[in-house]
Amino acid sequence: MKKLINNPSDVVNEQLLGLAAAHPELHLSLAPRYVCRKDIPQGKVAVVSGGGSGHDPLHCGYVGFGMLDGACPGEIFTSPTPDQMYECAKHVDRGAGVLFIVKNYTGDVLNFETSAELCKMDGIQVQCILIDDDVAVKGGGHTSGRRGVGLTVLAEKIVGAAAQAGYSLGACADLCRRINQNGRSMGVALSSCIIPEAGETTFLLDNDEIELGIGIHGEQGVERRCMASVDILVELMVEHIFSDPEYVRVAREMNSASGEWEDVQLVSTPFSRGESFIVLVNGMGGTPPGELYGVYRKFAELCDEKGVSIKRNLVGTYISSLEMQGCSITMLRADDEMVRLWDARAVTPGLCFPSCDDVTSCGTSNAD
Amino acid sequence: MLTKKNVLIWFEKSADAMAEHKQELHLLDAAIGDGDHGINMNRGFGKLALELPVMGAMTLQEIFKHAGMVLLSTVGGASGPLYGTLFLKGAATVGTSEALDASAVLTFFDAGVEGLVARGRTEENDKTMYDVWAPVLREYELCLEAEMEFVEILAACVCAAEVGMKATIPMLARKGRASYLGERSIGHQDPGATSSYYLINALYESIRE
Repeated sequence: MKKLINNPSDVVNEQLLGLAAAHPELHLSLAPRYVCRKDIPQGKVAVVSGGGSGHDPLHCGYVGFGMLDGACPGEIFTSPTPDQMYECAKHVDRGAGVLFIVKNYTGDVLNFETSAELCKMDGIQVQCILIDDDVAVKGGGHTSGRRGVGLTVLAEKIVGAAAQAGYSLGACADLCRRINQNGRSMGVALSSCIIPEAGETTFLLDNDEIELGIGIHGEQGVERRCMASVDILVELMVEHIFSDPEYVRVAREMNSASGEWEDVQLVSTPFSRGESFIVLVNGMGGTPPGELYGVYRKFAELCDEKGVSIKRNLVGTYISSLEMQGCSITMLRADDEMVRLWDARAVTPGLCFPSCDDVTSCGTSNAD
Repeated sequence: MLTKKNVLIWFEKSADAMAEHKQELHLLDAAIGDGDHGINMNRGFGKLALELPVMGAMTLQEIFKHAGMVLLSTVGGASGPLYGTLFLKGAATVGTSEALDASAVLTFFDAGVEGLVARGRTEENDKTMYDVWAPVLREYELCLEAEMEFVEILAACVCAAEVGMKATIPMLARKGRASYLGERSIGHQDPGATSSYYLINALYESIRE
């Protein structure tokens, strides 16, 4: 293992200290561990997410104007604990409540729900909305359901913009739930990642093998097969997304009136001709930007053939899996409101919108 | 009776057991989960053991609450909130008592396990720690009705826990990361059920002495 690290058990804290040093506009707490904005306006809904570390820039890299107000990083690939989200929520709440965006992993869900109960006891309004977009997980009813992957990036951008624009907690939650029900993702791995504390690859792939449907922690996908050209791999991923049938599952949300948990049925209907999308072609950490554009070329061509329209796109490494080689494709069936919020200004270490030619947001001199 | 002193010994013995069986729990979890259960339980109960001197000065209810918060904030993964909830919900039944009789201990665990089930949305035969707790609570109730001594009740519960733990081997996992393995989860003992067995065994040992 060759990594730019010191002691493997210090990796997360040391990297966060670096993030905070590079971005003095962020506040870092190490005990309990969270990153948050320093300049959250009064009366704004706070948007908070979190999860295991190792997926940079997700989530800490998306803390800033127009996206997240706080992020709670766990150890590498391990859920954060409830005290982190609880303290972070207390720190970022400006009286309008806190929305937790939670990727669907058992540990994340249980820890966020526990912290939501702690917040409620303190009189902080709080809601948990699940992201579960990975179509590689089949037979959702008999498992813990689909994993939360690339759609999380789009949700954090769009819901963050909504909160910045003054949406209420209920409206932010409704929007986030709608995003989740309209998003699907599929990934592929060409090589495994290495967790620093483990020191060796999480899974083994032969030189000519790939894992189709890989999870962001190296979880098994739908098929291990031989390596193929980018065109063939993109066709396979896109086929999984478009052939995905209606997906029905039950999520647990907090009833805003009673403060009790209640089961909410979520339905994702299949994608079809004529619909409009915001898409993400995402690198897993070890794939160069050029290859991602190679993926995008074929992906855009296939979308054209299928008669769907790409309204907005994002190509780059936005939710990674340490140094894993590979990519994922995320499609969000987007309405006008989502597209409008997508275009809204955001200034975070990991993502700047609408572009980096605004002097006040990104410090370049192109100010005409 | 379960006294404050017993509870502190229970936690100490639990920490010893989690340290001793760290590798076993790791391997069980690596087979069907993500392999961090041994590390997480050892970290959490190790932290709990460090807190024992502080806890000596607390009331019984505060001890259980504090244990719940320590586990919640140090174990991580899915087990942290589950074990944390068990102690926090159990603590709520203790009130001002400074010691629990056999019947009050059942009330404690009934509430704690109810919280665990609500948090984990689990049923029996899902291949989780509840497959240990459910038969243990049934056994406890039967023994209590038969007016057995507290230590005998706990001895019977350890046997029930062991049977429950081993019964997870042929089960198909329906919860947690193991659920994604489908049929391939069959034939492996559940790591959460195993750590629950060690916790119950440590309770028995703390009373037996």
